[in-house]
Amino acid sequence: MNKQMSATDVVSQLKDGMTIGIGGWGPRRKPMALIREILRSDVKDLTIVAYGGADVGMLCASGKVKKVIFAFVSLDFIPLEPYFRAARQQGQIETFEVDEGMMLLGLRAASWGMPFMPTQIGLGTDVIKVNKDLKVIDSPYDDKEWVAMPALKLDVALLHADRADVRGVCQIKGPDMYMDEQMARAADKTFVSVDEIVDTEFFAQGDEARFVFWERSMTTGVVHIPGGAHPTSCTPLYGFDVPHTKEYAGSAKEGGFGAYAEKYILGKTEEEYQALVGGLDAIKALPLPVY
Amino acid sequence: MSTATDYTLAELMITAGAEAFKNDGEVLATGIGLIPRLAASLAMLTTNKDLMMTDSEAYLLSKPNPVSGRSSHEGQAQETWMGFSRIFDNVWSGKRHAMIGPTQVDQYGQANISALGGTYEAPKIQMLGVRGLPGNSISHANSFFVPSHNTRVFVKGECDLVNSIGYNPERLPKGYALNDIDIRIILTDLCVMDFGGPNHQVRLVSLHPGITVEQVVENTGFEIHIPENVPTTAAPTEEQLAIIRELDPKDFRSKQLKDNPKGDRS
Repeated sequence: MNKQMSATDVVSQLKDGMTIGIGGWGPRRKPMALIREILRSDVKDLTIVAYGGADVGMLCASGKVKKVIFAFVSLDFIPLEPYFRAARQQGQIETFEVDEGMMLLGLRAASWGMPFMPTQIGLGTDVIKVNKDLKVIDSPYDDKEWVAMPALKLDVALLHADRADVRGVCQIKGPDMYMDEQMARAADKTFVSVDEIVDTEFFAQGDEARFVFWERSMTTGVVHIPGGAHPTSCTPLYGFDVPHTKEYAGSAKEGGFGAYAEKYILGKTEEEYQALVGGLDAIKALPLPVY
Repeated sequence: MSTATDYTLAELMITAGAEAFKNDGEVLATGIGLIPRLAASLAMLTTNKDLMMTDSEAYLLSKPNPVSGRSSHEGQAQETWMGFSRIFDNVWSGKRHAMIGPTQVDQYGQANISALGGTYEAPKIQMLGVRGLPGNSISHANSFFVPSHNTRVFVKGECDLVNSIGYNPERLPKGYALNDIDIRIILTDLCVMDFGGPNHQVRLVSLHPGITVEQVVENTGFEIHIPENVPTTAAPTEEQLAIIRELDPKDFRSKQLKDNPKGDRS
């Protein structure tokens, strides 16, 4: 079986109105090359589920987004995501704003085929007020009320991993796999961009298989894009690109996203993008973040 | 233990913040922001060696990492893997005390880091989102860090968007008591407060050196409980300052508060 495909193949499987989960966390290990390919397409009206960063910002700025399901959208070292912020302040997007852990529960419910997960999270807060569809229910076992966090069923999950074989065995060697596993399991189709393609035998060495977090039947397609997480990090391979992220965030004050997209993304291949940001070698030399 | 005479407000806030973790036992201490992180780290090295702490990435540490002067995570004293998915297992177990810096805090200890003004559909200022506040607030102990004590932070009425559960009887869920909520201290640049007033009212615990009750009252958008005798926040000891310098060799703490004021402002 060979699941290797191109970014264009991935985007050709996306349809208007789909619910798409995006892996990673803030500025960390986002499938940015796949996001850029969406920006080059005419796909629209997407519902995005993400621990969001520039992925959500860029999709909002490009008018691709109908609704965002989020706990935060942040570039971390730049706390506020400028284009998500603008979209919210102009009332352009629908929202389902939940706690970080509620999102995890929603993804787990979807992957386990359950309609919802009961949780105490959200009680006493505006989370249960502003999200009109979020239900608070009685328990059959105690006298408390519980929030019924609905399953977050994804049509598609887009992830970035360190490496994979062509059969879809994906490895994340960085210190945190974030919620990528839950996204892969909650989705009908999961497409993973990877920095490296390896032989299946690679995983038989040492403890390499310990860094594989979902079975290959969960992976629909593998896209070989070295540096494909740029400008987000893919620890331990490369850190995030702080100057480039500052330029991206700064474009919200001067020029707008249109100018940024014209300069780096629209009408350009991923190779051209990488050349414009300093080349693949420069991406791979980006220092790892220190917290 | 010798009391220091020359110390900054940031250092006073670190030592006052460390007090909040002293009697926590074996829990994860999470300080978000440099001063809360130093406060939790100082407590772990002095008054509560049972505390747990993360490297702010994916591991628990047996010894806190310095907040400055490091160029990598190599060689850190990691002891347990704790990626984000496992963080929630810890949060929901209740074995955690977080100290975070909200944009708004109201009389009930409800906090907001998500959105200000306007309508929910189109807020005037979109910030981060509720992040982990709903889950933190109903699961474990929480404290607040407010580097600039003013009425924009300590708002009248309720926060623009209530991200966390507090001591608000109107919002108390079915089957819960106010005592199920566990909000510890509010550490500001003027004072330390807690929720020990009548019916969980915010109470003034101590005033930083040179600060008056009137200054606190003027800069708080709701009524607080003022006990008859309000002590002065204890100055750091020389021993504490030495540990803080080791935890922050590049003195990042001096850049946290506007103009890096002296600890004693009398």
